Amino acid sequence: MIEETKTLERNRRLLMDRSVPGRVGVALPALDVPPQPLPAQEQLRDELVLPEVSEGEVVRYFTGLSQMNFSVDTNFYPLGSCTMKYNPKINDEVAQLPGFSQIHPLQPEETVQGALKLAFQLQGFLSEIVGMEATSLATMAGAQGELAGMLMIRAYHLSHGDKSRRTVLVPDSAHGTNPASAAMCGFQVVSIPSDARGNMDVDALRQACNSETAGLMLTLPNTLGLFDINILEICRAVHEAGGLVYGDGANMNAMLGQTKLGELGFDVLHINLHKTFSTPHGGGGPGAGPVCANSLLAPFLASPVVERATHSDGNKETYRLTEPEHSIGKTAAFHGNFGMMVRAYTYIRGLGAEGLREISENAVINANYILSALKDYYHLPYDRSCMHEVVFSAKTQKAGGVSALDVAKRLIDYGIHPPTMYFPLIVEEALMIEPTETESKETLDYFIRVMKDIALEAIEDAQVLKDAPHNTPNSRLDEARAARRPDLRWKQAEA
Amino acid sequence: MHQGRLSSPYVPNTDGDRKAMLQAIGVESVEALFADIPEGYGRPSLDLPSPLSELELRRELQALSDLNSTPGRVPCFLGGGAYHHYIPAVVNHVISRGELATAYTPYQPEVSQGTLQAIYEFQSLVCQLMGMEVANSGMYDGATALAEAALMACRVTGKGRIAVLDTVSPTYLSVIRTYTEPQGLEIYLTGPDASGVQEDTACVVVQHPNSYGYLEELEALGRIVHEKGALLVVSTDAVFLGMFRPPGESGADIAVAEGQPLGVALSYGGPYVGLFTCKTEFLRQMPGRIVGKTVDTQGRDGYVLTLQTREQHIRRERATSNICTSEALIGTAVVAYLACMGQVGLRHIAELTYHKAHYAASLIGRIPGYSLPIDGTFLQEFVAQCPIAPGEVNRRLLQEGIIGGLDVSDRIPNGLLLCVTEMNTRQEIEFLAEALGRIAQSGK
Amino acid sequence: MNPTDRKYSRDHEWAKDEDDDTILVGITDYAQEHLGDIVFLELPRVGATLNQTEKLGEVESVKSVSDLFSPVSGEIVAVNQVVVDSPEMVNEDPYEQGWLIRVKPSQPAEMDGLMTAADYESFLESLD
Repeated sequence: MIEETKTLERNRRLLMDRSVPGRVGVALPALDVPPQPLPAQEQLRDELVLPEVSEGEVVRYFTGLSQMNFSVDTNFYPLGSCTMKYNPKINDEVAQLPGFSQIHPLQPEETVQGALKLAFQLQGFLSEIVGMEATSLATMAGAQGELAGMLMIRAYHLSHGDKSRRTVLVPDSAHGTNPASAAMCGFQVVSIPSDARGNMDVDALRQACNSETAGLMLTLPNTLGLFDINILEICRAVHEAGGLVYGDGANMNAMLGQTKLGELGFDVLHINLHKTFSTPHGGGGPGAGPVCANSLLAPFLASPVVERATHSDGNKETYRLTEPEHSIGKTAAFHGNFGMMVRAYTYIRGLGAEGLREISENAVINANYILSALKDYYHLPYDRSCMHEVVFSAKTQKAGGVSALDVAKRLIDYGIHPPTMYFPLIVEEALMIEPTETESKETLDYFIRVMKDIALEAIEDAQVLKDAPHNTPNSRLDEARAARRPDLRWKQAEA
Repeated sequence: MHQGRLSSPYVPNTDGDRKAMLQAIGVESVEALFADIPEGYGRPSLDLPSPLSELELRRELQALSDLNSTPGRVPCFLGGGAYHHYIPAVVNHVISRGELATAYTPYQPEVSQGTLQAIYEFQSLVCQLMGMEVANSGMYDGATALAEAALMACRVTGKGRIAVLDTVSPTYLSVIRTYTEPQGLEIYLTGPDASGVQEDTACVVVQHPNSYGYLEELEALGRIVHEKGALLVVSTDAVFLGMFRPPGESGADIAVAEGQPLGVALSYGGPYVGLFTCKTEFLRQMPGRIVGKTVDTQGRDGYVLTLQTREQHIRRERATSNICTSEALIGTAVVAYLACMGQVGLRHIAELTYHKAHYAASLIGRIPGYSLPIDGTFLQEFVAQCPIAPGEVNRRLLQEGIIGGLDVSDRIPNGLLLCVTEMNTRQEIEFLAEALGRIAQSGK
Repeated sequence: MNPTDRKYSRDHEWAKDEDDDTILVGITDYAQEHLGDIVFLELPRVGATLNQTEKLGEVESVKSVSDLFSPVSGEIVAVNQVVVDSPEMVNEDPYEQGWLIRVKPSQPAEMDGLMTAADYESFLESLD
């Protein structure tokens, strides 16, 4: 009799453990040119070990893997700060057109005019949406956008002969990438506290601003899901000190057509195409993090950008890659994650201005609907209307021995992906919920009911939360063991 | 017939739903929820083109894509860091699965075992391919992987100077500069024998095969570099590893590569994935995500993100890098590709590429006016010295319907870097040689 | 209960005078409890010298990194290989097998300025 657990183990065997010499997963072509002399034997490798499996087994293996995931295509995924919205399929389909997916990055510009035109137009769309002068699509993720943006601020100050600006101000609620990106530019990070209403403490900001301030990095709405009511004053204070304001566009989904960050006083910002503009997250990439800048900083954008030339011989327009005048340089081997650009372009073209505005409105309505339905069941640290996400605290439950982690893991039993936990760091037992605009009222009602049930369970049957999740391929995993004795790759089983 | 604008297919809630929800929230209108936006800054006009239906989108995007010439439909001999190799149908099928494509970073391991196990496979196979001890779960691309490797070498050694061989790709060099110089690190170029390596050097950065396609004397370099107390940082090519000795057998301390050749679409330069490996002793200075194997509360094997204290979400400004992605889906494509190929298949692809590239080189080397100025071993790329400016050669090739090579005349007089892979048919190769012959004759 | 045979710092380290004129240093039970599962320790090399309150290393749990500060000044004469190899020992036995470093003190009088077990317990109460 084969035990059930053995079957599970068998289904999860690694590729190398399935390998049988002589199997292959694709039919290979024959050589169609005369064989050439091979190089010296000592230059060649003696041993290469890779899995040998049939094509059918590859498909079954990966299908099996995929079935162990929660995803937007299969589950409600209210993961705060990550904007897990539905990813339209038309976007993926057009990105795979051979004219986009098979072109080489170094092709002569006259052979890729369609790609360049698309990128040029997308630069314009994004600049318009955020109210900036220019956009570079070269950066391949939000964090790389941050790095590029902070390098631009550094380069700007240096170009004005100002070498004293060594510090960057970052709110205590910021994503970890903000201080990490600033540090990679050689800046020292100064943390600015938040006030009791969840806004930045403007007095503390004023005190921190001085002649060494290179700039401020700020997410708007902030990571508490709140629109900082002092935003104009904040930008003014930094500018008066000679600093510049960097915008982390992580939460742009709340702002589409509602306000333009460039008009509020931001000098440079990045946009996450994989959040706001619906390109799939891919289980942790690929994303894309275009950077938009005002006229002060546009000359410093990462290289390349696309420009349009109109020829004297008529209306013919051509597009070409170019390097901004004072560019911080290249941030990638080529031009950025073009596959993501095609998807984001298609998304924006499908929605138009009113469609984008509807996104923000519905994202914000959905979050506030959850806020008002659950605030009597979970502590709400900042009792005011939120933007696209709401941050609760499980501190009431914690007092009874149930943590935010337990609440989150219990949601899995109901087919719901956990919200973001323990972030922002300034909220104890934080549960950060971002429903996005692509979820229906029925889904939200289900989620609300489940969250209420869990609040009740936390009082009546805490153990069921502590043991959750119950029906996943793995129960809770021993992360301490993983870190103490790192096992990071397949090894031949000992005979 | 419906008149006026239909609501977006991506927003399920109807006017009725919204009305009920606003009532539950206790506000009159949606505008009330945006009341924190300062007066005068709300609801700006957006100057964007009118929206298109899905039918119209498909037409518009098809029309844009038709403006591009696609390698495979036209013969193309470009390499220079991105390579046209065959992608088995299975690869695209795997990464198109919504459960993999539309998941987030696997921070919740119980509902992310698919992504986590795929990444563990990626780390395993990348180590096996590179002959190295540990791999992370992927970087943005080959160039940023190399830049991060140089930064890592500086952390490991506590030194602040980075030597780069002058045969390293100028593009990669510029990305290294973008990443390292703001931190006060110094970069200098050195010759291919590394004889110019100076004191206080953290690492010597070598591209192998180099940016002209030829192998470096990696082992000899490694000995010199290690004698000077520096680390050997190697950027290599993924398909090259199917046939040639990997950097791990030649003394590399940190080895990186562009993962694109392993089943990833060219896609005009991205998304790709950087392969990043090192010796175990440097593990804690490695940038990026790492997946580890562990057990669950019931003793079953499973996978988690591990060694996370290196990363930005915990160590913040003291993190090993700000990176917050691993290009996981592209890494999954690499795993699917390697699984399809196996060791025999990858060797076969590398050998097809080798023979075809050398066949092309032998034809071109015999054309009057052309020569092969570099004497060395190569896999898929080689430099041809042209009788006229390579830019002009490429222009005339394009007139004949061929996308030529990469103009490297700024570094090698009249140098044209040509790349041939298994994707180039014998007919294409001979057509290229004939066209080059015609260009030489008409150019005189 | 914190052992009374040693002294305590406000950074939650303990320091114990040994018979051979060296001082054994570790973290307190309160510290290990708050850190959770300890997975990695970065400790100084034997021969290094430290001043009182200077950073002596780092302790990592699964999702946090904390600095360790030396409760006394002196030269490191030994590092506990047991906790380097098995960091969980600090959780399991913080006061005996889970010690971190052995210091040859340069200012033995510094011990007088540290808290007694009773003082440390009052200090902990003031934190909660």
